[in-house]
Amino acid sequence: MSPVADRTLGPGRTATYRHPWLVRVTHWVNALCIAVLVMSGLQILKAHPHLYWGLASTFADPWVSFPDIPGWATLPSWRDLALGRRWHFFFAWLFVLNGALYLVWVVLSGRVRRVLEPTREDFAGLGRSLGEHARLRFPEGEAARRYNVIQKLSYLTVLLGLLPLMLATGLAMSPAMNAALPGLLELLGGRQSARTLHFLSAAGLVLFTVVHVLLVLLSGPANHLRAMITGWYVIREPTREDES
Amino acid sequence: MTDTDRRELVVGGLLAGLPLLTACDAVSGSPRAQGVLQGAEPLTRRAQRALVRNALAPEYAERDISPDFRANGSVDPADAEYRRLRADGFRGYRLQVAGLVERPLSLSLVELAAMATRTQITKHDCVEGWTSIGKWTGTRLSAVLDRAGLRPEARFIVFDCFDALDQRPGGERYYESIGLDDAFHEQTILAWRMNDQPLPVRHGAPLRLRVERQLGYKHAKYIRRIEAVASFSHIGRGKGGYWEDRGYEWYAGI
Repeated sequence: MSPVADRTLGPGRTATYRHPWLVRVTHWVNALCIAVLVMSGLQILKAHPHLYWGLASTFADPWVSFPDIPGWATLPSWRDLALGRRWHFFFAWLFVLNGALYLVWVVLSGRVRRVLEPTREDFAGLGRSLGEHARLRFPEGEAARRYNVIQKLSYLTVLLGLLPLMLATGLAMSPAMNAALPGLLELLGGRQSARTLHFLSAAGLVLFTVVHVLLVLLSGPANHLRAMITGWYVIREPTREDES
Repeated sequence: MTDTDRRELVVGGLLAGLPLLTACDAVSGSPRAQGVLQGAEPLTRRAQRALVRNALAPEYAERDISPDFRANGSVDPADAEYRRLRADGFRGYRLQVAGLVERPLSLSLVELAAMATRTQITKHDCVEGWTSIGKWTGTRLSAVLDRAGLRPEARFIVFDCFDALDQRPGGERYYESIGLDDAFHEQTILAWRMNDQPLPVRHGAPLRLRVERQLGYKHAKYIRRIEAVASFSHIGRGKGGYWEDRGYEWYAGI
C-alpha cells in the first residue's frame, strides 16, 4: 500500500513509512494552531466568562460561569482582550489554510478511504478493540501497520466533526458573517448558542488531545514521535519474551 | 517504556512546554511581533467585506427583544455642554455635519426625525462576547450624508462624541469611524429611539450610531458631530477610534 518499501532493522524489527510529509507538516502546524487558539480563546472568554444558550445573553441566568481563568492558561498571560483577539485571528487563518490543505489532500489522494475509513471487519472488532484499549494493550506486528478502529473513529470525529465545527461556530459569532451567512447562525441556534458550541467543541478538542498524548506516552512515545517527525514507524514482531 | 523513551519525553517536554508559554508572552510584548500578528487584519477585513457586501444583518421579532439590554462604556457623560443639553431634554441639541461635505449642516432632533427613518430589531454583539437584542428607530445616515453632499475625496465618516471613559479633565473623548460602504448601508442609522421609548441616556441619548454588521464598540453613543474625512490618521492616535487606538481592530466584523 505504501509506495515506500519497508526497511528491516534487525530480527523482529521492521521500519515502515507511516506518515507522508504532508501529514507530518500539517499535524504539527495544526498542533501549534490549536494550542495558540485554545489559549487566546481563554483570554477572550475571560472578558465575559459566562455562557448562554439561544439568541442573546440572559445575564441573570448563564448556564455556566467561570470564576477565574488563570494566567498560565491564557495568551497573553496578562489580561488583554485586544491582543488575545490578534493572536486568535492570526492563528485562525493558519488553522483554516492548513486544515484545508490537509483535507483536500487526504480526499484527493484516497488516503481518507485507505487509512481512515473503518472497514466492516473494523466495526466487527469494535468491542475487542475497546477491551484492548481498556487494558492498555496495543497492537503489535502486522496489526500495528494500520490504525485500529478506535483510532480511525476518533481521528475522523476530530477531522471531519470537531475541527470544522470550531470554524463554523467561530464564524457564526461574527456580525459581518451573520449578515453574509444568516443560515449558519440559525442552524446553530443563535449567536449565544454558537458561542457555547464554540466553547464545547474546544473542550472536546482539549479532551481529545489529552487522551491522544496519553496514549502516545503509553504505547511507545519515541516510536510515535519519530514517526510523526521522520515518517518512519518501527514494528516489532511479538516474541516469546514479550508474552512472558 | 524504555529509558530512551523517558529521556526523549523529558527533553521534549522541556523543549516544547515551558518555553512555549514564555515565548508567547515575549512575542506578545514585542511591537514587531505584534505587527506580524496584526498582519492578518487586512486579510480578515477584505475577506469579510468580499463576502458581506450589501447583505443585511439578521433582524429579529418583538418577542426576542432583551429585557436586560446591557449598557457598556460610558453611561452618564460628565461633559458640561452635554449636561446642559440633557437638562433641557435635548431641545437645544444640534448635530453638526462637517468636513469634506458640500453643505455643512446643523440639525435638530426634530429635523432629523423628519428625514428618512428606519426601525429595526437587531442584535448587539459586544467584543467581550455577550449579545443583547434591541429595537432601534433612527434617521438613516445615508439621508444625512446625501443632504450634506459628500465631496469626492471623502472616504470615512468620523463620529465625535460627548463622552469620555476617563471623566477627569483631559480624558480622551470617545470617537469612532466607519467606511462609506457601511455609512450608506440600509441598516446604518443614527438612532434616537430604543424599544419604542426615547433613547435612554445610558444607551447614548440623544443620538447613537447603529452599524449592525460590526461589534458594539463601533456603535458610537452621545454623538456630537459627524465629519467626513479622507483619512483619520490626524485624529486621536490615528487608528480611527477610541478602542482602535488601544489595539482593537478598525473593521470590527468579527
